[in-house]
Amino acid sequence: MKILVPIKRVVDYNVKIRVKADQSGVELANVKMAMNPFDEIAVEEAVRLKEAGKATEIVAVSAGVAQCQETLRTAMAIGADRGILVESDVELQPLAVAKLLKALVDKEQPQLVILGKQAIDDDSNQTGQMLAALLGWPQATFASKVEVGGDGVQVTREIDGGLETLALPLPAVITTDLRLNEPRYATLPNIMKAKKKPLETVKPAELGVDVAPRLTTLKVVEPAARSAGIRVGDVAQLIDKLKNEAKVL
Amino acid sequence: MPILVIAEHDNAGLKAATLNTVSAAARLGADIEVLVAGSSCAAAAQAAAQLAGVAKVKVADAAAYAEQGAENLAALLVGLVQAGGYSHVLAPATTYGKNVLPRVAALLDVAQISDIVAIESADTFVRPIYAGNALATVKSSDAVKVITVRTTAFDAVGTGGSATVEAVAAGPDLAQSKLVGRELTKSARPELGAAKIIVSGGRGLGSGDAYRSVLEPLADKLGAAMGASRAAVDAGFVPNDYQVGQTGKIVAPQLYLAVGISGAIQHLAGMKDSKVIVAINKDPEAPIFQVADYGLVADLFEAVPQLVAAL
Repeated sequence: MKILVPIKRVVDYNVKIRVKADQSGVELANVKMAMNPFDEIAVEEAVRLKEAGKATEIVAVSAGVAQCQETLRTAMAIGADRGILVESDVELQPLAVAKLLKALVDKEQPQLVILGKQAIDDDSNQTGQMLAALLGWPQATFASKVEVGGDGVQVTREIDGGLETLALPLPAVITTDLRLNEPRYATLPNIMKAKKKPLETVKPAELGVDVAPRLTTLKVVEPAARSAGIRVGDVAQLIDKLKNEAKVL
Repeated sequence: MPILVIAEHDNAGLKAATLNTVSAAARLGADIEVLVAGSSCAAAAQAAAQLAGVAKVKVADAAAYAEQGAENLAALLVGLVQAGGYSHVLAPATTYGKNVLPRVAALLDVAQISDIVAIESADTFVRPIYAGNALATVKSSDAVKVITVRTTAFDAVGTGGSATVEAVAAGPDLAQSKLVGRELTKSARPELGAAKIIVSGGRGLGSGDAYRSVLEPLADKLGAAMGASRAAVDAGFVPNDYQVGQTGKIVAPQLYLAVGISGAIQHLAGMKDSKVIVAINKDPEAPIFQVADYGLVADLFEAVPQLVAAL
């Protein structure tokens, strides 16, 4: 079974982002970039399926600027076999990415697509569901457990009230939640090996996809800052403040 | 052109998130129709008909919607939206809405605007990005605006309406994903998303037993819902549905008590719109104190029992 793992290059999750003074967006120049953490979980899950003999090949895919090659190398250092970059300097929104991925799925014919449930930059939480829709495939979002067996896959999902388990026929799309696994660190030998793995680059036009944005960002601002309040000395003072000042008790 | 709100429900009644979503729809100033798709869901449809401002309730009652699977719901919705000439389709940004709605948007070939917190005009919306560390104002050029609504940003709509209830034909049963089972947390406490007071615990509690023995009496006394940080959930103290944060639940109660929570940026993203925040933590440098209205630097194992005794 072949698995396709789409990954996104985002601002590293440890970076405190800054809004640009002209309100046009978030400052990305000279900011540390990394693989979206949920996508890292997706790569790890695919690698575990391969190690367990359930998968034969893992293809990592990214869409975006040329530097996404580095992110693909990271995926290959974790264990992906090869990479495909859909190179574009245009802002790629979830619908456009889903269309690009559909074109690659049509070409590569994987049985499973595993990707992060959301990217930590735009927090959209759309791409996996959109891809499943365009392909007409079943989906299991927010996965915390994946078991491949027979001709299907059983996925446990994190939902608002608790957990839900679905059985899906293959092919299918799975999006990952935080507790699916803990991704390994890439070892130095594997980082070196990843440099020699095949990485192909294509353009959106070659895939016949119109990636023009549908949403225009008019402005980006910082939210109203919440200022620190006061320190209370003890429990009695806390209760007094909550009753008489905040009036929430 | 009318607006379609997708009701989140359990067949017997509406989930609280539906009320906030209808309230957001009311800001758009057009007729509001609510879709209730379920199985034996007449009671939920009746509840929807009583919501203030709702003009019509459409009910798709079929076995295909018993499990609320995304594939069947999306197929139904696409047909309804194309036939109904809706300008906007709204759903709550809960795990339910997030699961279904992008599928609908893709099939309609339109963008989705996720997790809106404000409506500027019929085509312009404000949404948080980067875990709420920035707010983006976005304008949609699509014919149909497909939107998920951050429920804490809009008040729940009241009752008093008397909408007409109309049955609609069910869509195809695609029989793709099949529900194997659900493990839902049973609790007599209020729902996290709708609670007025939330008692939330973090890694500082040290264990699931301590989480329960220390925080449950406090939650009982306050009639509060219980939440947790990602660290507490990852450590197995409590189930996943307790998690408050960027990727868990977004909450905005009147009072949020953060106990033994350090205040990672991802946690703050989920609770910083609470009206009053109280932090109890023994580390005076913990980032949670930077957003807390009232901070108590203390050992939680002493302070919380004292609090329970004094309330």
